[in-house]
Amino acid sequence: MTVKVQLFVTCLGENFFSNVLKDMVTVLERLGAQCELPEGQTCCGQPFYNSGFQSQTIEPARNWLRVFGRTEGYIVAPSGSCADFARRRYPELFPPGTREHALAVDTATRTFEFSEFLTRVLKVTDVGARFPHRVTYHASCHILRELGLRDEPKQLLQHVEGLELIPLPEEEICCGFGGIFSVVYPEVSHDMMQAKVRNIESIGAQVVVVGEPGCLMNIAGGLAKVGSPVRAMHLIQVLAAGGAR
Amino acid sequence: MSEAPTRIDFRSNVQHVQPQMPAAVQKATMKFLGTRASVVGILGDDHWQALRQAGHDLRLHAINHLDYYLAQLEEQVTKAGGHVHWARDAEEAKRIVLDIAQSHNVKRAVKVKSMATEEIGLNHALIDAGIQTLETDLGEFIVQLAGVGPSHIIVPAVHLTKEGIADLFREKLGIDAPTDPVQLAAIARAKLRQEFLAADMGLSGANFIVAETGTLAIVTNEGNGRMCTTLPPLHVAVVGIDKVVPDWESLNVLLKLLPRSATGQKLSAYTSFITGTRRTNDENGPTEFHLVLLDNGRTRILQDEVTRETLLCIRCGVCLNVCPVYNNVGGHAYGWAYSGPIGAILSPQLLGVEAAGDLPFASSLCGACAEYCPVKIPIPEILIRLRRRVVEGDRVEDPSASPVLRVAAEVGGRTLGLPWLYEFGSQLLKWVQAPWRSGGWLPNLPPPLDRWTMTRPLPAFGADFREWWRNRTPEGRRRNLERKIGLGVLAGGLIALAAWLLTSGKAQRLTRKRSR
Repeated sequence: MTVKVQLFVTCLGENFFSNVLKDMVTVLERLGAQCELPEGQTCCGQPFYNSGFQSQTIEPARNWLRVFGRTEGYIVAPSGSCADFARRRYPELFPPGTREHALAVDTATRTFEFSEFLTRVLKVTDVGARFPHRVTYHASCHILRELGLRDEPKQLLQHVEGLELIPLPEEEICCGFGGIFSVVYPEVSHDMMQAKVRNIESIGAQVVVVGEPGCLMNIAGGLAKVGSPVRAMHLIQVLAAGGAR
Repeated sequence: MSEAPTRIDFRSNVQHVQPQMPAAVQKATMKFLGTRASVVGILGDDHWQALRQAGHDLRLHAINHLDYYLAQLEEQVTKAGGHVHWARDAEEAKRIVLDIAQSHNVKRAVKVKSMATEEIGLNHALIDAGIQTLETDLGEFIVQLAGVGPSHIIVPAVHLTKEGIADLFREKLGIDAPTDPVQLAAIARAKLRQEFLAADMGLSGANFIVAETGTLAIVTNEGNGRMCTTLPPLHVAVVGIDKVVPDWESLNVLLKLLPRSATGQKLSAYTSFITGTRRTNDENGPTEFHLVLLDNGRTRILQDEVTRETLLCIRCGVCLNVCPVYNNVGGHAYGWAYSGPIGAILSPQLLGVEAAGDLPFASSLCGACAEYCPVKIPIPEILIRLRRRVVEGDRVEDPSASPVLRVAAEVGGRTLGLPWLYEFGSQLLKWVQAPWRSGGWLPNLPPPLDRWTMTRPLPAFGADFREWWRNRTPEGRRRNLERKIGLGVLAGGLIALAAWLLTSGKAQRLTRKRSR
């Protein structure tokens, strides 16, 4: 039976990382999944919720449930933080007994972050990619701590042909993005981002791999700001590289 | 730290951080985390996680049954010859301690490190009343000399380098101090020794108070806790009501969690258990003991079932050590006695969001604090809950954020509830960004977006995935065409409207009317 995947593109993914989304389709289709793009998706509402605007989260959440609630199969996002938000918060946002609550409980069981979906649902660690570069991996906070994916993204990287995985010093320390935090306290966010950039540059990697669009924006921007030769890429882009072996 | 602050401006505070401070802080926090990892590693992760769960459960049980355990505690302390006082707030607590001191004609007091007394500003009250009050924990001794509050819950002078401390000793004690930590400690020790012997009153807090026996548990590494609570004839302890634990079994768990999390020790050098006053045949110990139980906002914290878990805190400071924000800004940026993640959730609840509403936002919600917390306080959850209190208000407090923010969020929320508007906006942004665009980046955006670009460029907006996706099928290609026509008509309409307004002079008249 074909696995059906509903693409939950996320607002950062859609507006800033179109190529990551195209690569996501490539990898999923290569693994035999049938992708669908549910029309009408916007933002999951996490930026509002995490800023304290719980009431204002309701409209985007309701829209998300309207869009994804009527789909079937898995819902997969190129983001741990958005996937975690939809599956953990939506059932809390709407009281039991409401239509939205029922939809939230249902979608929560079939929503996954990309590397989680590959390793835990499809049980794949070798996607057949080839990427002959020195690569390091930054562990995004929500992928690591909310979803508990400490080794899975690295397992996927380790199976990429030609890829040399170099451990990143302070791999698990936040890069300073933190959504609203990065603009409320830009100076502190800057110091955290700079520490991350220093660590990335210290190990001679050509590419830093990140699994979260928010962190990717921050780290890629930080590297660009100092004119670093190191390239920041989404995990999905690396897994799509080199075509099928 | 004398009076409770009325407004903590976190952003302004972080802009005044001394450049050499983060390195000094990180050196210490890294060292503590390293030793912590090895002592936790010896126990094994399963054992450690079981201990954390037990610690969480028993602390929550105590907090949920404060009425019972505090009554039991009062009975036991009294039975052991002590006096119990109840202080509703900081003023009342200070008044009680001052009354005790004055009725005993106290001239000199020595003090064990205590966050509760920092919270109420006890030292200043005593010093203002003419009572010499000396901190005897080395770190507290140093920050007292410097005239500032502690910058870390367990390492108060963590923000200072040994050179800075030597300078301070030279300036304040008139001693030609070397920069060697051992010799600096020896100087403090020599000075403190005389003070212990001369003091009329010993002041302390407590790490825990055991309800079943009325016992204070005090954990230190310098032995000063024992000196302060046994040498002077009078011992006064100021302890938050949240510090009560049911029994010695609870201590068995908590005393495993605390030193391991705090300093990476299996056991601190000194763990003192103090029950009441000197027995008739004891050779030492105070003849009089007073326990001041401090509320100062703690019962208000109990009102909210999520934020209530703030009170589980055992003040180990590990959340500071792992916090990337704390490690970059230091403790003083948090504007009060409590700093780091615990400060970011405790201060706004004790002081109110009007005074400390900045602090719940001083976190990237990375979750390292919750991963390390020995009693499993869900700090990120509480931060989000308090952010909500700041912007929307809740049954505990009214909001402190500007209503303009709420209107903006309302507009944003509604926009995201309307897919057509969102999709139109995504496409529009690709055009609107043109003047600021440089290659794939937007390096300098106007306010308020410069809050992002002052630190790093923003990737250029480039939503084209849906179009790419639809182009994969004939049906999709047709829909893409329709959308393009729709967008074109809409854009054309807007341009025509603008042109008409301009040529007919209506816009000028409108703006003139506005300015009048």
